[in-house]
Amino acid sequence: MNLHEYQAKTLFADYGLPVSAAVAVDSAEAAVKAATDIGGERWVVKAQVHAGGRGKAGGVKLVDSPEAAGQFAEQWLGEHLVTYQTNASGQPVSRILVESCIGIRDELYLGAVVDRASRRIVFMASTEGGVEIEKVAEETPEKILKAEIDPLLGAQAFQGRDLAFRLGLAGVQIKQFVTIFLGLAKLFTDKDLALIEVNPLVITDEGNLHCLDAKVVVDSNALYRQPELEAMHDPSQEDEREAHAAQWELNYVALDGSIGCMVNGAGLAMGTMDIVKLHGGMPANFLDVGGGATKERVTEAFKIILSDNNVRAVLINIFGGIVRCDLIAEGVIRAVEGVGVAVPVVVRLEGNNAALGRQALAESGLNIEAAESLADAAQKVVAAAGGAA
Amino acid sequence: MSILVNAGTRVVCQGFTGSQGTFHSQQAIAYGTQLVGGVTPGKGGQTHLGLPVFNTVTEAVAQTSANASVIYVPAPFCKDSILEAAYAGIELIVCITEGVPTLDMLDAKVKCDELGARLIGPNCPGVITPGECKIGIMPAEIHLPGRVGIVSRSGTLTYEAVKQTTDVGYGQSTCVGIGGDPIPGSNFIDILGLFQDDASSEAIVMIGEIGGTAEEEAAEFIRSNVSKPVVSYIAGVTAPKGKRMGHAGAIISGGKGTADEKFAALESAGVSTVRSLADIGAALQEVTGW
Repeated sequence: MNLHEYQAKTLFADYGLPVSAAVAVDSAEAAVKAATDIGGERWVVKAQVHAGGRGKAGGVKLVDSPEAAGQFAEQWLGEHLVTYQTNASGQPVSRILVESCIGIRDELYLGAVVDRASRRIVFMASTEGGVEIEKVAEETPEKILKAEIDPLLGAQAFQGRDLAFRLGLAGVQIKQFVTIFLGLAKLFTDKDLALIEVNPLVITDEGNLHCLDAKVVVDSNALYRQPELEAMHDPSQEDEREAHAAQWELNYVALDGSIGCMVNGAGLAMGTMDIVKLHGGMPANFLDVGGGATKERVTEAFKIILSDNNVRAVLINIFGGIVRCDLIAEGVIRAVEGVGVAVPVVVRLEGNNAALGRQALAESGLNIEAAESLADAAQKVVAAAGGAA
Repeated sequence: MSILVNAGTRVVCQGFTGSQGTFHSQQAIAYGTQLVGGVTPGKGGQTHLGLPVFNTVTEAVAQTSANASVIYVPAPFCKDSILEAAYAGIELIVCITEGVPTLDMLDAKVKCDELGARLIGPNCPGVITPGECKIGIMPAEIHLPGRVGIVSRSGTLTYEAVKQTTDVGYGQSTCVGIGGDPIPGSNFIDILGLFQDDASSEAIVMIGEIGGTAEEEAAEFIRSNVSKPVVSYIAGVTAPKGKRMGHAGAIISGGKGTADEKFAALESAGVSTVRSLADIGAALQEVTGW
């Protein structure tokens, strides 16, 4: 789960990390007041969306009066911000962060992720801050410095000092860096994070380290023990259908194609999308109905798939392991009757009682075609959707 | 011969009296797995499914000589259950539960390694040696004792591969679902090494998916350590970047972890890859000449 920058910076402040004086606002008047309250002569105003690349897209601006901060809020609140990381319609802006402005001498990068290969939290630091770190990693990997954290010991001060010296920091900056490093590590483990990024971590005109941006991703599996973070969830930043599906414990991801897919199991759902494409079609979605493909869940899955107007045909692919295929077939028939599915439906049932299930589908008198195999199902559904793209 | 489990494996079930533990234990017993008892704290001394219930894993091990455990407890308690099993001297711990926090797994994995316990999962279908021992939630009837070792990050994709190898009559030596989480207890390399050393596993099917670099690391391992024929399929060619596809670990992040990269790495290591899930059986036939 992603957090907004303003939420992440609240966490940073709680952990004693140096962030700018800032207020998140949801109206132009509040933006003017926030700038006035913060004081100074210049402010940075930032549109709050779950996407990077905001600066280039016009979602971040330096302003020199509280009124200009208000104008920026007026311009963006209620609008959608399109960046290179969003889709074409962009992300809705419902908060603006108004921040005091600081002078920047240099920009660094500091971040941490759970690294799958080493099975450790790994910190990454670089002198190349303020740019896309993925590009730095690809083009000049030697400029990414790393520190692996022992899960049982936690981050150690010497690891922070080592990074600090290698970054070329000096004097008071060494101590400041170690404090930031240890604070981020504590935040990471205390709050069950999956990723934390300070990009850029800046050196101010006065020579002090300062966290100018903050990105935090929380491990969704751990939200049950992080109620404070769960409360920060912003569904407006997610696809509406995906959020609705999640309420039914269905895993749904919208795609651009015309063939709706309903599958049990995440891996098989991906495999089904791939085989549709291999036969010339394009999947309209990823949808995992999970192990218990009951009538209710199948009905809800149909509604979600069909709410996408691009869908021309639906492929149901169920490998009945523990669940019986005849029961699933019954659920599909009732759902098709109940929802009033107008597009052709191709069903591939395999496993437990598959023959009985296919028979029930054939005798239903509905626009449901039973397929003999996975490849057969893919061919049939591509044909039903109007042929290969 | 087989890997990890066989007819002599003595299994204890953690979360035995819960609905999942009960249902899948019944299935395991019906399959012939030597389920020797279960653990549910506070219910020690009772009998469930005709087997003894213990308060702790240590007690279960002392009374039954169990050497493997299967975990069906809810995600918030899995780290504790894994550590309990590891400290009790269990050699093989299979955690089926989905939704375990990643940081819990970092800790659990370190301690399992230190204590010499092999961990499979979490978020996995389990391990089966057909005809001998079934630990997990996989449907029994699609399996056939035989000569193909199968390792996969996905449950239902494993079943597809199993069914195809059964349909062509090759059967399976052992099938291992390593799970769809970012930090699995055992990875492809761990299992590939076991298959390479197991005489009954004459060929290997490896099923990967988008996210992370486990398949790329497996490809490097295969290049220098695996002489048996390997057939591989990777799910998620059509998956968009930055979206989690059901499994916690199935996400293309920072442009890394795409199916195309994984296919390329495996092909360069001499692995026979299939772009269609339906072609696994046929590809096996081609590479083995069976």
